[in-house]
Amino acid sequence: MLKYIFCSFVITLYINQSMKKYISDFIVKTNERLHANYCLLKLKPQEGKLPEILPGQFCQVEIKNSKNTFLRRPISVNYVDYDNDLLWLLVRKAGEGTSALMDIKEGDILNLVYPMGNGFSVPADKGKRLLLIGGGVGVAPLLYFGEVLKKAGVEVNFLLGARSKNDLLELDEFYKRGNVYLSTEDGSEGEKGFVTTHSVLKEKWDSISCCGPMPMMKAVAKYAVENGVDCEVSLENVMACGVGACLCCVEDTADHGNVCVCKEGPVFNINRLKW
Amino acid sequence: MVDLSVNIGNLKLKNPVLTASGTFGYGEEYADFVDLNRLGGFIVKGTTLNHREGNPYPRMVETPSGMLNAVGLQNKGVDYFINEIYPRIKDVDSQVIVNVSGACIEDYVQVCEKLAPLEKIEAVEINISCPNVKQGGMAFGTTCAGAESVTKAIREAYGKTMIVKLSPNVTDITEIARAVETAGADAVSLTNTFLGMAINVDTQRPYLSTITGGLSGACIRPIAVRMVWQVANAVKIPVVGLGGIMNGRDAVEFMLAGATAVQVGTANFVDPAVTVKIVDYIEDYMKRHGIESAKDLIGAMKK
Repeated sequence: MLKYIFCSFVITLYINQSMKKYISDFIVKTNERLHANYCLLKLKPQEGKLPEILPGQFCQVEIKNSKNTFLRRPISVNYVDYDNDLLWLLVRKAGEGTSALMDIKEGDILNLVYPMGNGFSVPADKGKRLLLIGGGVGVAPLLYFGEVLKKAGVEVNFLLGARSKNDLLELDEFYKRGNVYLSTEDGSEGEKGFVTTHSVLKEKWDSISCCGPMPMMKAVAKYAVENGVDCEVSLENVMACGVGACLCCVEDTADHGNVCVCKEGPVFNINRLKW
Repeated sequence: MVDLSVNIGNLKLKNPVLTASGTFGYGEEYADFVDLNRLGGFIVKGTTLNHREGNPYPRMVETPSGMLNAVGLQNKGVDYFINEIYPRIKDVDSQVIVNVSGACIEDYVQVCEKLAPLEKIEAVEINISCPNVKQGGMAFGTTCAGAESVTKAIREAYGKTMIVKLSPNVTDITEIARAVETAGADAVSLTNTFLGMAINVDTQRPYLSTITGGLSGACIRPIAVRMVWQVANAVKIPVVGLGGIMNGRDAVEFMLAGATAVQVGTANFVDPAVTVKIVDYIEDYMKRHGIESAKDLIGAMKK
């Protein structure tokens, strides 16, 4: 029995790491400005159907309308609408590349290399209490993860944080998929403060999946360690190739030294990180 | 039918398109996008005698039409390559060349000696031009005496094709090229990255953990083309050209300047399938211009 469990674990990992990647053109169906600094792109493959995509994986997006940048930008998958064959990308204006991406028009073509990296772990035990913590644009992968968990019969709890009310994104979509707890730094929505000071963290959690700014993820990781909660975080180190070839986006791990975030991540269990 | 094949010393390439070391991993990373059998060959990640962790993050920053990197030769060592990687890639129907680096001459020699028995590896590329390591690397490539001594020592120990990768960070690259030719190199490849630097003016800190790094991408191409042209006119051995090749036109430009083969690096990050597109472009270019053999493209620039 033990041997069987071990084997199935290995097989799951293998399938995850050997998922075929594609270079595909997508048609921009909608580009919705959610806020001055955020937009939601809904993309349809120009040919064929979307392949299996795991929550937490990302796309390498080619941005042709950017004058001074040429490298692809890694954007995490926000949601996969298999019914309508639509891939959602939530974009935050971070620099010149993402700024140009936000200006893309409906009907334009975007070239994506995808799906990249690994994903968040789906618990085998449906009774586990799972908290999905997102900050700023880091909420993006948690929407799709929440959908996958909900379909798997796992209770979904989101704790979403932002600077203020206007920076909380896609709330209506999150409410459809689980319990939502909110915190804002200025107190304009939900509890005032940071996600790590939210009262919901006083409850007992079995595991946390987190994506957001680095200081937030480090604070959440500290909470998880102190409270004996299993915790995964999604990193966004600066990348070039996205396939584990150039070794630019490395994170120093306790078990294997420098590893590529693009290939071995972006999702890491915090017990691998030297935080 | 046009003949795309070219030769670098005894090394036969089915076409002139190679990948640049450090940009294509071990080939496997790109197998979803590229039929590796269609390439002239691929040059695997810089390999050293022992495991190297490389430099701390951050290692990369994008600059106008280019990128600076400071990876610092992260790799698991030559034994790992031989035992773990080689068995997985040895059956590919294109050339596999190993890029070799070291902190001292003895390191280079030992790595080459370990690689020599591998049947599939018919050539090594000797990296005397990495700008991102403290010892060895570019130190050997910036003086004629250093370049000559490392080339000579490897030549005595390694009988297969030896390509020496030159640094552009020198006053006269033709002097270094002549030195390694005299010392027994079968070919030279150029250019490696240009030493560069970028500062984040918001934080007033350097973007790279090492402060300086190697510049690659389209921005370096005209300088690399000039250096390939100069070296091709200075030595008799074949020149492999690289530096900012983003598409087929750029590859042809390097061949017209005197390159026998080309390497594609940073462009793989933009389009992971770009290498086969470059092969197709060269074939189509030759048909359009009535050129029967790719060998006739080498140094064919009209004056």
